[in-house]
Amino acid sequence: MKKQVFEGLSSAEIDEINAEMSHYEDKMAVSIEALKIVQKYRRWVSDECLIAVAELLEISPTQLEAVATFYNLIYRQPVGKTIIHYCNSVTCWMLGSDQVQECLCRHLNVELGEMSADGEYTILPIVCLGACDHAPVVMVGDELRLDITEDAVNEILGR
Amino acid sequence: MEKMDKPLTKNIRPDRAFATLADYESTGGYQGLRKAITELSPKEVQQWVKDSGLRGRGGAGFGTGLKWSLVPMDANVLQTRYLVANADEMEPGAFKDRLLLEQDPHQLIEGMIIAAYAIQAKIAYIFMRGEYHLAAKRVENALQEARTEGYLGEHILNSEFNLQIYLHTSAGRYICGEETALLNALEGKRATPRAKPPFPLVSGLWGKPTVVNNVETLCNVPHILQNGVEWYQGLGRGSDQGTKLFGASGRLKYPGLWELPMGTPIREIIEEHAGGMRDGYKLRGFLPGGASTDFLLPEHLDVLMDYEAVAKAGSRLGTGTLIVLDDKTCPVQMVLNLEQFFAQESCGWCTPCRDGLPWTVTLLKDIIAGKGRIEDLDTLAGLTRMLGPGNTFCALAPGAMEPLQSALKYFREDFERYIVGSHAVMESS
Amino acid sequence: MVRIEIDGQSYDVQDGENLLSACLSLGLDLPYFCWHPALGSAGACRQCAVIQYKDAEDRRGRLVMACMTPVADAMRISLDAEQARQFRSDNIELLMTNHPHDCPVCEEGGECHLQDMTVMTGHTFRRYRGLKRTHNNQNLGPFINHEMNRCIACYRCVRFYDDYAGGKDLQVFGVHNNVYFGRFEDGALESEFSGNLVEVCPTGVFTDKTFSAHYARKWDLQSAPSICVHCGLGCNIAPGERYGELRRVINRYNGEVNGYFLCDRGRFGYGFVNSPERIRKPQLKGYPDITVDTAESYFRNLLKASKPAIGIGSPRAPLEANFALRMLVGEENFFLGLEDTEHALLNAIVEMMLDGGIHSPSLREVEQADAVLILGEDVTHSAPRLALSLRQAARNASFELAGSLHILPWQDAAVRNLDKHVSSPVFIASVCATRLDDAAANTYRGSPEDIARLGFAIAHSLDESAPAPAALGDTEQLLAAAIADSLKQAKRPLIVSGTGCSSLAVIQAAYNVAKALPSINKQLVFTVPECNSLGLAIMGGRPLSQAFERIGNGLADSMIILENDLYRRAPSRNVDLFLQLADHVIVIDSLENKTTEHAELVLPTSTFAESEGTLVNNEGRAQRYFPVYPETESVRGSWQWLTIVMEDCQWRHHDQLTAACASAFPDLADIIQAAPGAGYTVKGSKIPRQPHRYSGRTAMHANANVSEPGQPHDIETPFAFSMEGDMAQIPPVLLPVIWTPGWNSNQAINKFQQETGGHLRGGDAGIRLIEASGTLPWFRDIPAEFIPTPGRWRIMPLPHIFGSEELSLHSPSLLERLPDFCILLNPLDAETLGVDTGDQVEISSLAGTWVLKVPVRIELTLPPGLLGITAGLPAFQSMKSWAQVTLRKVEQQVQL
Ligand SMILES: Cc1cc2nc3c(=O)[nH]c(=O)nc-3n(C[C@H](O)[C@H](O)[C@H](O)COP(=O)(O)O)c2cc1C
Ligand code: SF4
Ligand code: FES
Repeated sequence: MKKQVFEGLSSAEIDEINAEMSHYEDKMAVSIEALKIVQKYRRWVSDECLIAVAELLEISPTQLEAVATFYNLIYRQPVGKTIIHYCNSVTCWMLGSDQVQECLCRHLNVELGEMSADGEYTILPIVCLGACDHAPVVMVGDELRLDITEDAVNEILGR
Repeated sequence: MEKMDKPLTKNIRPDRAFATLADYESTGGYQGLRKAITELSPKEVQQWVKDSGLRGRGGAGFGTGLKWSLVPMDANVLQTRYLVANADEMEPGAFKDRLLLEQDPHQLIEGMIIAAYAIQAKIAYIFMRGEYHLAAKRVENALQEARTEGYLGEHILNSEFNLQIYLHTSAGRYICGEETALLNALEGKRATPRAKPPFPLVSGLWGKPTVVNNVETLCNVPHILQNGVEWYQGLGRGSDQGTKLFGASGRLKYPGLWELPMGTPIREIIEEHAGGMRDGYKLRGFLPGGASTDFLLPEHLDVLMDYEAVAKAGSRLGTGTLIVLDDKTCPVQMVLNLEQFFAQESCGWCTPCRDGLPWTVTLLKDIIAGKGRIEDLDTLAGLTRMLGPGNTFCALAPGAMEPLQSALKYFREDFERYIVGSHAVMESS
Repeated sequence: MVRIEIDGQSYDVQDGENLLSACLSLGLDLPYFCWHPALGSAGACRQCAVIQYKDAEDRRGRLVMACMTPVADAMRISLDAEQARQFRSDNIELLMTNHPHDCPVCEEGGECHLQDMTVMTGHTFRRYRGLKRTHNNQNLGPFINHEMNRCIACYRCVRFYDDYAGGKDLQVFGVHNNVYFGRFEDGALESEFSGNLVEVCPTGVFTDKTFSAHYARKWDLQSAPSICVHCGLGCNIAPGERYGELRRVINRYNGEVNGYFLCDRGRFGYGFVNSPERIRKPQLKGYPDITVDTAESYFRNLLKASKPAIGIGSPRAPLEANFALRMLVGEENFFLGLEDTEHALLNAIVEMMLDGGIHSPSLREVEQADAVLILGEDVTHSAPRLALSLRQAARNASFELAGSLHILPWQDAAVRNLDKHVSSPVFIASVCATRLDDAAANTYRGSPEDIARLGFAIAHSLDESAPAPAALGDTEQLLAAAIADSLKQAKRPLIVSGTGCSSLAVIQAAYNVAKALPSINKQLVFTVPECNSLGLAIMGGRPLSQAFERIGNGLADSMIILENDLYRRAPSRNVDLFLQLADHVIVIDSLENKTTEHAELVLPTSTFAESEGTLVNNEGRAQRYFPVYPETESVRGSWQWLTIVMEDCQWRHHDQLTAACASAFPDLADIIQAAPGAGYTVKGSKIPRQPHRYSGRTAMHANANVSEPGQPHDIETPFAFSMEGDMAQIPPVLLPVIWTPGWNSNQAINKFQQETGGHLRGGDAGIRLIEASGTLPWFRDIPAEFIPTPGRWRIMPLPHIFGSEELSLHSPSLLERLPDFCILLNPLDAETLGVDTGDQVEISSLAGTWVLKVPVRIELTLPPGLLGITAGLPAFQSMKSWAQVTLRKVEQQVQL
């Protein structure tokens, strides 16, 4: 892979972050949104991006990192184009989330958290997705998928 | 016309298409708001909600009207007051708020406007967990509709009342649902809980008086205003008022979510609405209100689902979403799964939770792996006391201990079976 | 006061306190981690659990965290209840699940709060069988070690570093039991107060890296009460020695001065004591090896032979040494050794303090100010510990607002949540950006003249009879009015100024502002550059230039220079000439420097660590320091060198000298009360400098001498170089080391305070010499606006915590933190010169006497026409403050 040269945040990112600022009493408050905006464009938050966001919010990179590393959905390492979150909380676990995970990882030949060779997918566990009546469930990108079976996994991964 | 017995879900259609503003208005939507703003003072709205007996649906069951009435309404130095809708729903086994958010977002918005009016907040936030993408989209849409229609913004319904509602989507962490941690998260900080006192009602978001209410709680409000206190009180079957979204998940025939009167017997939910256990499975127990409630047993099936009755049976109503344990699932492993969740979601602030939960997990894993010792059960029981209410900084760890302590009580032989006969026991005896 | 019942006993405690603090104030043992008297309560560690009962009938009670529970009248609690004890022990057990138990190799061992608390709770047996989580450590620079595996996640480090001290580069990362306290990336901690982490951290995560290099257990260190010599604030320190080497410096609590904290210069600047540049033997030009006796008689003979010698005193030498010199050479031959400007500034400050009628506050009082004007100082660099206090002062409005919301001051997070809404205004007028600006309500940048003008304008705004500057710009006018308004409303307004920008006008303007303030509780504090600048100035004497004249005029032909490198005081050319003109130059000093190089006779003197003396800090507080360990054979205290050669000297002992000094100067009369004299004993014996457990005494010199050498005697102070004696009865101010059974860390201090965070029992160390009296007329000498001369720049020395102080520059760890060697220029000036950051410029004096090549850094906030340099940095020694220079870009040679 070609090493990406960092040139600061894009104007789209900056605009979106600035727009969020008007909702809050101070700049610090948009830290999480800002990181998510960066992720929307770049999938994950590199050190360079983190530093750039911190500058925009007038806080130190250390302070922003404290926030970034607290939250589960902020990725400080590269992730695939689509993240497949499988729920491993209690009901899904009872109804087979271990198999779902095993099946996903086997299909993509990856370990948990690893990016698939083609850069398309990363499989991550997630806590209860609020669809326990349709366990087991996964979230493919932004989309919630219910009542997951091996066939459903095949269909999601398109094979 | 409004389906009088299911106010919360009356707009929810079987095909799961969501209610637009027009849909919402056609069943009486925004009438409660109109009444509140044009006919009642903020104090009166607080009183109505107090009288209705509505209790918080976020888990703790605090009186909603009472909560509002504790907000200092004098012209405080800090002027602003805030309202926050808690849409963080992350407790394993809880899946009620998502439905309300996705299917009928205006109901929440109307509830929020009324609540904001009652405490005279000018800015409100919806704090939504980051994984609820569809809900976020629909709520954002609905907010736009409401702004366009003049339900939000300046001079709402030609009154002097102004309100902005912003949607904040979080980045994942169960602790964000705890109301003071939520405030830190909204301020863009690490979501560690805050000490109480001061209560958010006095000093919350950016130090200003703040009310945090659960989504479902707020969704009740428009109906109370629209149909009156007496009507609302007539809805409950037990000692509590109104209806509630009850859910059930696990190896049931028809797991699902239903709006039922407060005080509906558990048996009715599990056997009628959820159709009973799947073929070949028997009921061994259940967590009545999500992952942080104590196990109950089949003998408790006739307990009514209201705050008092469930508490008397030794558990909590919590979120009102039941998680069912069947006879082929190992309760020890189930508890391990729960404790892993809690250990992982501990914010890391206070010692008992941060270090006690991982130890709990280690012990349970050891036991399951045949490396347990009989005294480990005492250690576990000790941990459930150690991490009990009041001992930790917030209610996460005490919640985490509820399923464990009840499992140790009800399923002790399952724990012992792993230990007895294992190598570890021989060594230690 | 409210009455509470603890385990059946009644106690009166301070209303509004939290229970933990109340218990500790009562002398009870209750373990804790996250609470800190200066940081308030966090409720995180859950270690301070007690049982609270509803009423007399309640037998079960409920567990509460003492630190989070306000005391209330008739409250009933128990520390002893089994349930509480069990909880506290179990809590430690949990903390220990991840702790590596590496005490034997841990530098905290023996003064570890975690060890103490573990023992206190009785947790002795490990049930946990799992793995321990491990972390990677970071390189945090030359001062601080990082060993994250020892962390118990009490959050104190970040609460001190970020919240209290305003640092931005230390935080907590991660969640659950994987929390990590560190920096975004490896690198030196940026805060000037990072060293406090060593003491704030209750275990061995953050330890003193300079100490590691020559580590000894706390109980093996010999200590004595001491005073920091690295700036004019006089923070109290506890230095520790072993094997004749100063091993470290830690904080010594003084409830009025430094409280719990030191700055990094004070903590890590001690390296000079062990420096290879230390002068250990007398040196006589042309005689390689002379004995002390020879040196002494040579010195004596010189005094006899020559015309009257002149004596040059020192602001870094104690009163007694300066006094002895003054007595030796006679008043008319005594010079303070200060360059003219500094001399004038210090005289002005002394005059204002003595006769100005305005209270000069201690640091504790500074923290209570509710509006602050800083005129011309970058306090973080000139008087660092003061900056930390001013940062706290900015929060007073939050505490007040919190009070109105019934939030108690120790409810730390809740009060901090209000910080952004209100702050007690701090206004900073400085030459360029300062490290305290983030706490400021408003800042102003200008030349010293412009700062002074702003000050005069503020004074005039406050009181019309005060003179107003002519032709002040509108912006300045408005700013002055706004600042005046804020100050006027304050109940306890504070004006801070000092010698930092070398301008008399600034100091006078500061006085005018203070004088013009209506409040009766107003305060005025000046920073002074060195540890005894104020004492020296109170003593009085002539400036250095007059010494030069006297030698030049042939009125004297020899001079005695006391602990003073004249090359730091005056341009090298003048000093060279001066030293050449004198027939005999005798220098008494501890470190080699350019002045000692030129001396005929160099007499080795002890540093603060090996001698005693009295210093007067900027507040006007006289404080005594005591030798930590005996000096090596050929080294003597300066006062000893000076008195021994006096004819019929009546002052054979230090106490006598102190007393003589006190009676010679009415303003110094009280210095004898600064500390008890050598005759002071506890139950008939001297105070041991070595802890009970001091190990190896009989063997530690066995490599040199198989028989145990006798302990050296100390006849000058109440302390003994030994471990014999009763520690229990010693008044806190004389305790060499803070220790009490069960409390081995510095946190034992709570056992010696009247109440936690309060004054020491028996009074805080030192004695205030000056109380406000009199009044001075308005100062009317208002400078004109500074207008840069095109093509010329004025040299503006800017103090730096790690570059400007003479002694600490000999400390290896500090050298790693020196500011970059560069000059600062305003961007417009840089543009004119066609230079950018990193380019070299050539600086030439107008007379063309010297040329220097230096890299440039552009500083947005520096006013045009000024050329900023690090004050006191030897590389800039040729540059005289305020001198005009020309600049030229050095064209980079193209590298082939
Ligand atoms: C660990 C923890 C997680 C919580 N999560 C949620 C949540 O996701 N949603 C919610 O409404 N309340 C949650 N709560 C309860 C809230 O703290 C708070 O009591 C509630 O939002 C108040 O709303 P109500 O009065 O309307 O119930 C949680 C509490 C704890 C201790
Ligand atoms: S119980 Fe303690 S560590 Fe756990 S989530 Fe609450 S505050 Fe955080
Ligand atoms: S000292 Fe009380 S909880 Fe930490």
